[in-house]
Amino acid sequence: MTRLLSDTLVIAERNLIRLPRAPELLLAFTVQPIMFLLLFRYVFGGAISTPGLPYVEFLIPGIIVQNIAFGGFVTALGLNEDLHKGLIDRFRSLPMARPAVLAGRTFSDVVTNSLSVVILLVTGVIIGFSFNADVFHVIAGILLLLLFGYAFSWVFAFVGLIASTPESANSVAFIAIFPLTFISSAFVPVASMPAPLQAFARINPFTITVNAMRSLWLGLPAGNYVWGSIAWAIGITAVFAPLAVSRYRKHVGS
Amino acid sequence: MTSGSPAITVRGLVKSFGDVQALAGVDLDVTRGTVLGLLGPNGAGKTTFVRVLTTLLRADGGTASVLGLDVVEDAAELRQQIGLAGQYAAVDENLTGLENLVMVGRLYGMSRRRATARGGELLMDFDLEEAARRPVKTYSGGMRRRLDLAAALVAKPPVLFLDEPTTGLDPRSRLAMWEVIEGLVSEGTTVLLTTQYLEEADRLADMIAVIDHGIVIAEGTSDELKDRVGGERLEVTLEDGASFEDAVRALSPMAEDLPSCEGGLVTMNVRQRHGTIVEAVRRLSDAGVDVEDLSLRRPTLDDVFLTLTGHAAEELAAEEDADREAVA
Repeated sequence: MTRLLSDTLVIAERNLIRLPRAPELLLAFTVQPIMFLLLFRYVFGGAISTPGLPYVEFLIPGIIVQNIAFGGFVTALGLNEDLHKGLIDRFRSLPMARPAVLAGRTFSDVVTNSLSVVILLVTGVIIGFSFNADVFHVIAGILLLLLFGYAFSWVFAFVGLIASTPESANSVAFIAIFPLTFISSAFVPVASMPAPLQAFARINPFTITVNAMRSLWLGLPAGNYVWGSIAWAIGITAVFAPLAVSRYRKHVGS
Repeated sequence: MTSGSPAITVRGLVKSFGDVQALAGVDLDVTRGTVLGLLGPNGAGKTTFVRVLTTLLRADGGTASVLGLDVVEDAAELRQQIGLAGQYAAVDENLTGLENLVMVGRLYGMSRRRATARGGELLMDFDLEEAARRPVKTYSGGMRRRLDLAAALVAKPPVLFLDEPTTGLDPRSRLAMWEVIEGLVSEGTTVLLTTQYLEEADRLADMIAVIDHGIVIAEGTSDELKDRVGGERLEVTLEDGASFEDAVRALSPMAEDLPSCEGGLVTMNVRQRHGTIVEAVRRLSDAGVDVEDLSLRRPTLDDVFLTLTGHAAEELAAEEDADREAVA
């Protein structure tokens, strides 16, 4: 068990030290979310009405949730690349803990996700966002975000293992998840959508998590959103972690 | 165990990928402290064989063990005893040479300090010291292969698997790689080396096993194999207008087999290297045959294959793709 932990950390460290050396990945973490944030705040924001809340307050929790769900794309790309470049073979020929490759991957996502939460929060505060909550709730919100992001890392791990190339891993993940984040309460009030979309949006894990974040950070009515979001995160992990692990075993032939 | 006991024992190993039978019942022993060269064309099953022995792939049937450890039952202990360097140079391009070796060392269970010290040692041994702190993506092909081999040696494993260590390298890098491997062998490491080049097996291996269509079709020292191929080959290019019949008649007493004629080229196997060219020139000039060029050629992999299997090595290239895909 200690071996699993130390091997996981070695793999996670490896993923993190190589990150700053792949500039295009780093841009995806920093510049891209800020660009989206500014676009929605200053281009679309004026045309979207959010009763009882300035759009910037409405937007920040939504865009952070969207962003964290995509944080795991590094896992999809990285695993796919490792498979094709033979690194997975090297790892598997070493006397290391078997699950450490996947565990290290998803764990390093938690670190990069934390970084992107900080970047988005700082930018958000600069353009007018303010918390309406105590420190405890702010931190609880961040933990919920990281948990939700971790669940999606396993989705991406699975995608990275089934895709034939890093590019296709990227586009599969994008096509599958991107629309989900928009048919939710992340960017517009659900009530403004046509009825069938509303029905979908209300059960969408993104809506539930975005609403949970708004309750934790802005003091909006909590309902069951926080528990609902935790349940979704656990559910997604419970489905995709075993899928990814079994695919990993199968793919590499043991 | 004595030095004569086998380090690697393989019996009846079978593995198929869909319709393609990659291993069709391989039997093989590698004596401790020796180098076995597994020689075969693309798609012969070499990589599959190495993948089974390094626990990356499970065979459909048969048994294999390394230092008495079964590849399935004792896989975890076995991995402590082996190093693997492959043809794809499995190192992380975005890490530096040193970071790659430290990572591998720590995954063998070393402390960061020990792994760093060992990494530095290896980089020095492999002439990569100056590049130690540069990302691997700036390395040349030869440097990557050396780093890949260094990674396989981090834990000083007693048994080493080298899967086509010089395929795709330029001649100079190949020579450097050979010197490195020879150094290892002199320290007593048991090596299983796969290669497409007879020259490579000839230089590095104590014993050579020729593999084709997933079975070992010949085994022996390099001299024994070359004897079966027919030794030296004499090639004579005739001047335009020179008579084939005269040339063949003049050379026949020297030939081991029937000389073959194609274009302006007469080819035949000869018994010995020594004095052959002088004798051939004398005989041809006595017979009044004009010669443009004349050379003695050592047997190549193609010759070995042609002799042992009756088909040329290139015919198998297509099968390699199937093998690769199934493996990937």
